[in-house]
Amino acid sequence: MTTIEFNGVSHSYTTAGTTKQVLRDIDLCLDERRVGVIGANGSGKSTFARMLNALVVPTSGRVRVDGLDTAREARAIRRRVGFCFTNPDSQIVMPTVAEDVAFSLRRHRLGRTETAARVAATLAAYGLAGHADHPAHLLSGGQKQLLALAAVMVTEPDLLVLDEPTTLLDLPNSRRVRAAISALDAQVVAITHDLDLLADFDRVLVVHEGRICYDSTPADAIAHYKKLWR
Amino acid sequence: MTAPLGLYVPGDSVLHRLPPGAKLLGLIAAAVVSHWISTPARVGAAVALVVLLFAAARIPARVAFDQVRGLLLLVVVLGAFQWIVAGPSKAVVVVGVLAVLIALASLVTLTTRTTDLLETVVRTCGPLRRTGVDPERIGLMLALGIRSVSVVAGLAGEIREAQLARGVRPGVRTFAVPLLVRSLRHADALGEALVARGVDD
Repeated sequence: MTTIEFNGVSHSYTTAGTTKQVLRDIDLCLDERRVGVIGANGSGKSTFARMLNALVVPTSGRVRVDGLDTAREARAIRRRVGFCFTNPDSQIVMPTVAEDVAFSLRRHRLGRTETAARVAATLAAYGLAGHADHPAHLLSGGQKQLLALAAVMVTEPDLLVLDEPTTLLDLPNSRRVRAAISALDAQVVAITHDLDLLADFDRVLVVHEGRICYDSTPADAIAHYKKLWR
Repeated sequence: MTAPLGLYVPGDSVLHRLPPGAKLLGLIAAAVVSHWISTPARVGAAVALVVLLFAAARIPARVAFDQVRGLLLLVVVLGAFQWIVAGPSKAVVVVGVLAVLIALASLVTLTTRTTDLLETVVRTCGPLRRTGVDPERIGLMLALGIRSVSVVAGLAGEIREAQLARGVRPGVRTFAVPLLVRSLRHADALGEALVARGVDD
C-alpha cells in the first residue's frame, strides 16, 4: 500500500485581500486500502484531496506520498496517484470514449496495438465496451463518471483519489459507480457526501473547519459527523 | 439531437481509409482552389462535388445537415449583406464558397478519428521541436478546440434553458456574460484535470 504522510500541514489562500485558512495543523499517516473523508461543504476536504496528487502544495508543512515530497516531486507522484474529479465533464478531454481513455496512455509510449488492447480491456471492465466510438459528451452522467474512472485506471495507479465521485449522480448511476469503486484493486482515498459509499472502508476521517476532528472506523466516524450537525 | 462539429462517424469508406495527412492536404488544396470559384455555376459544381463526397463517405443526411445548420444565421446575414453591397451573383459566390469549405472541413473530422488527426499534426510539426515548440502541445490544443465545441454548445443550452425557466428576456448581455463566466470556470477545471492526468510530463 502507498503510505501518505501529512506533517504539520496547513493551507491558506488570499482572495481580494482576505486570507482564508483552509486546512490547519494536520498530522497523519494513511496506509489503509480504503480511506474515506467526510465533512461539510467548505470544510477543506477537496483541498486535502488535491494535496495527495500535488495539485495543491501546502503553504506550511509537508505531504509525502511513498516518501516523495509533493512540493518537489509532483510529476513522479502523479504517475502513481490517479485523480477523479466531481464533474467528469471537466476531466474528459477527447471527443470519443475510446480516445479519451487512450489519451491517458500517451505518456506511456506504447505501440498502437498495445494501446488499443489496454483501452478495450479497460472499457470492458467499466461496462463501456459498446460505447468506444460514442461521443463522450453524449454519455449519461453515470457513464461519464465511469469513463472518468476508466481513463484514470487504465494507467494502473497505485492510489486513486476520488473527489465526490457520486455527488452528481442519481441512485442507479451512483450504485454503478459505487460497485466499480468497490471492485478496484488499487488503494482508494474517497472524499464524499455519500455515506453509503463508506460502508466497507477501513478508515474514515471527519474534516471540520480545516481540521481532522475525528478519525475512526466508518460507523464511528459517520456517527460523529452526524452529531456535529445535529 | 443534433450532431455537433467534430463528431467522428465510424465507417470503412474510401474517405475513412484515406490517411489524415492526405485529407488535410486536400482541404488546404480546396481552400486554394476556392479562389477559382467565381461564378454561381462553379459554386453549383462545387456543392455537387461536396454532396458526392458526403455520399461516398456514407455520412447520414441528418449528420451532414447538422454540420451546416449552425451556420445558417451567418449565411443569411452574410448573404444579405453581399446581396446589397455587391449584388446577387457575388452573394451566391461568397456564401457558397464559405459553406463548401466548412462542409469539407467537417467531412475531414467526420471521417477521421481525432487521435489519428492529432498524430498527423504532431508528426507534421515534429521539425518545430528544434525551435523550442512542443508538437504535442499543438496536438493537444487542437483536441481541446474540437472538444470545446460540444462543451460550449452544452453550456449555452443550459443557460438558455435556465433563462427560459426564470422568464429572463433573451439578450446579448444576459446570455454572453454567464456563458463567458461558465466557459472560464470550465477552462480552469479542465486545466486542473489536465495536470492531474499528467499532461505536463
